[in-house]
Amino acid sequence: MAPLDDLSTQTAAATCLHCAAPTAPGARFCCTGCEGAYEAVKGLGLDAFYARRTAPSAKPQDDGVIQDYVSRVSVSPEGVATLHLMVEGITCAACVWLIESVYARESDVLDARVNLSTGRLVLKWKGDAARADALVALAGKLGFRFVPFDPSCLTRAGDAEERDLLRATGVAGFAAGNVMMLSLAVWVGSDMGPATKDLLHWVSALIGLPCIFFAGLPFYRSAIGALRAGRVNMDVPIAVGITMTAAMSLSETIRSGPYAYFDAALTLLFFLLAGRYLDRRARGKARATAEHLLALRAAPVTVIDPEGRARAIPVDAVRAGDFVQVAAGERIGVDGEILSGVTDLDTSLVTGESLPRGAKPGDAVFAGMINLGAPLRLRATATGENTLLAEIVRLVEAAEGGRSRFVAISERVTRLYAPVVHVTALATFLGWYFLIGVDWQVAMLYAVATLIITCPCALGLAVPSVQVVASGRLLKSGVLLKNATALERLAQIDTIVFDKTGTLTQGRPVLADDPARAKDDHRFAASMAAASRHPLSRALAATIRDVSIATGVVEHPGQGLTLGAAKLGSRAFVRVDDVLAGPATGPELWLDRGDGRKVRFAFEDAPRDDASETVARLMREGFAVELLSGDRHETVRDMASALGIAEWRAEANPAAKAARLAELAASGRNVLMVGDGLNDAPALAAAHASLSPATGADVAQVAADAVFQGAGLAAVGELLDVARRARELVRQNIVASIVYNALAVPAAVLGYVTPPLAAFLMSSSSIYVVVNALRLGRSRWTRS
Amino acid sequence: MDTLLILIPAALVASLLALAAFLWSLRSGQYEDLDGAASRILFDDEKPKR
Repeated sequence: MAPLDDLSTQTAAATCLHCAAPTAPGARFCCTGCEGAYEAVKGLGLDAFYARRTAPSAKPQDDGVIQDYVSRVSVSPEGVATLHLMVEGITCAACVWLIESVYARESDVLDARVNLSTGRLVLKWKGDAARADALVALAGKLGFRFVPFDPSCLTRAGDAEERDLLRATGVAGFAAGNVMMLSLAVWVGSDMGPATKDLLHWVSALIGLPCIFFAGLPFYRSAIGALRAGRVNMDVPIAVGITMTAAMSLSETIRSGPYAYFDAALTLLFFLLAGRYLDRRARGKARATAEHLLALRAAPVTVIDPEGRARAIPVDAVRAGDFVQVAAGERIGVDGEILSGVTDLDTSLVTGESLPRGAKPGDAVFAGMINLGAPLRLRATATGENTLLAEIVRLVEAAEGGRSRFVAISERVTRLYAPVVHVTALATFLGWYFLIGVDWQVAMLYAVATLIITCPCALGLAVPSVQVVASGRLLKSGVLLKNATALERLAQIDTIVFDKTGTLTQGRPVLADDPARAKDDHRFAASMAAASRHPLSRALAATIRDVSIATGVVEHPGQGLTLGAAKLGSRAFVRVDDVLAGPATGPELWLDRGDGRKVRFAFEDAPRDDASETVARLMREGFAVELLSGDRHETVRDMASALGIAEWRAEANPAAKAARLAELAASGRNVLMVGDGLNDAPALAAAHASLSPATGADVAQVAADAVFQGAGLAAVGELLDVARRARELVRQNIVASIVYNALAVPAAVLGYVTPPLAAFLMSSSSIYVVVNALRLGRSRWTRS
Repeated sequence: MDTLLILIPAALVASLLALAAFLWSLRSGQYEDLDGAASRILFDDEKPKR
């Protein structure tokens, strides 16, 4: 922000009471949005909120989108209306309390429950659907934003799978505890009569068998799926191991033998299921973010039928050639061509660009853009699955499919491990039966004992346990990991490619300092700009504290503002002579107060505060850093030299970006792509691993392996650091579990394994692996 | 031996009750929002009467 010494009366640095962003000295709030939210909270007598919250509130973002809440309400026959909403701006549990408290005061609201993990609100009230707008506005005043969604549109499969895993874990835990209690009695009761021992074994079998079957289902399903596809995964030896264990234990129980391993099989299942459930949960949050995109596509569209009547219909029902009306502030649902209306479009969802783009009749618009100015009439050219947005989502999915060919370390180990284990067991059987000549039952017993002892319990936990701990650490520092194999790929990174706008920079315009500009002109322009919601106007207005809003300002969408004879807007609008003014170096506004004198307000996109520090540090750590931008040559060159990046490329379109990444990959580099826009999405999907800021286009966030929050870039270094240490721990874990097996296998082959020994070996190796994973402490990046 | 015949079923019934309670809580959606549930308990003021 340009320093305005004459305007500041106090020098103490201040932060906003609502969102804790830095404010002008002496000011209590950073913007009117925060002030409004603060007053609303106080007005409701809920100011305890500010004492309770553990994170600063999100800055209220009013992008002017008008949501159709009423049509999303479902009313039951009993007259109970239900509305599902996604809430933006929830930062901690106090926000949940605040929203629920507001609705608790409404006499007709039956239930309002916010889910903190997914950021969703379910609102139930008695009465008709039309009340929806008023109810949503209640909490909207507090600075939250609500997007209605249809819960059936979202993939419930993920939630159901998580619940199934938890249920299986609970059942396995119940059975493991009970059977272990009975087994312990058998182990220590050396003077126990055979009848008592048989009874205990039978009870164990009665509890164990159904539970092994039920809790083992996730493994059976996955193993069968892998075998059908002609692959071997970790679940195949696990499924074979527990099935053989259960079968042999049953046969031993029937013939009153000493070798019942129900306890070992159940503890194994319990540990594995718990690890898997935690692993899933760690990524659930990132999944919820991606689901947001689907919700946005589901808003209804207003279509003008041949009789000239407007009807709101679902996006799926719109056909190419239909006439579509888009109100000011509405999100465009279809791809189309403008028939009438001149306006500004917020294209950030599609292009990641922070500045609105002017649009006039004949221009093409795409689903996902927001109409900021005047109403538009469109002719739909593509709808639903044919829109650019849907096309990009498909592209990203295809690229992710390609990436899933990456073979995770656990899979590589299994490919060697499974054959070795099964051949050893077979050799044990053949050796005892043919060479030593024991009964086939005894030979079978030893062979199965070998299978049980090598059952990859620790190996199955080696990777997920580290992943759970790593994603937990990263979540605390604001990085959401979305992909299961992302950590492994991140650990191999040697080259980092950054996008410029919105990634290395803050992605919003800041007024550049200009000594030639008169203070009076500045103040006048700011008071005009304060009447507009255009981002450049806001950036200009924000440079003057307590700016008085000029009255009588007329906004010309896509061009500028007028106040009497004074004009503020684009070059063409203010009629600036290109030869006199020189070429534009970036976004700019021009002011003409009616006297013919033109004043320039140039804006620049400042780098993130810690950008140069982070880049320098990454280079010191031995990473090759590159800048790849779609921006103009000079801008990119200046940014590269300011940050000390030697390798840079400008004016790269999405295809060129993806090609550059392919080129780097072909020369043997493992590239991390950090980008935020739609133009980065193909590159993000093509890179070895990818990262996107949480402020980026939704498409970029869907394409990226991980999403980082916050104003700084330090998350990049931290992520790479955690990934490398996680890889080290995974290696240790795998080596440890193989050593365990190597020690235990000879005992099993020679027939010395007893149930207590099996239980001890399996539990202790699992516990070792989990404890080792917990060593992944705080990152070097945050510590130093 | 007689004590076992009482104690084993007793232990089983008790843990089956616990399992049933767990399955019920799972079905009624109490595991859907663990982050929220962890903090909710700290906001103990009374909700206004409806």
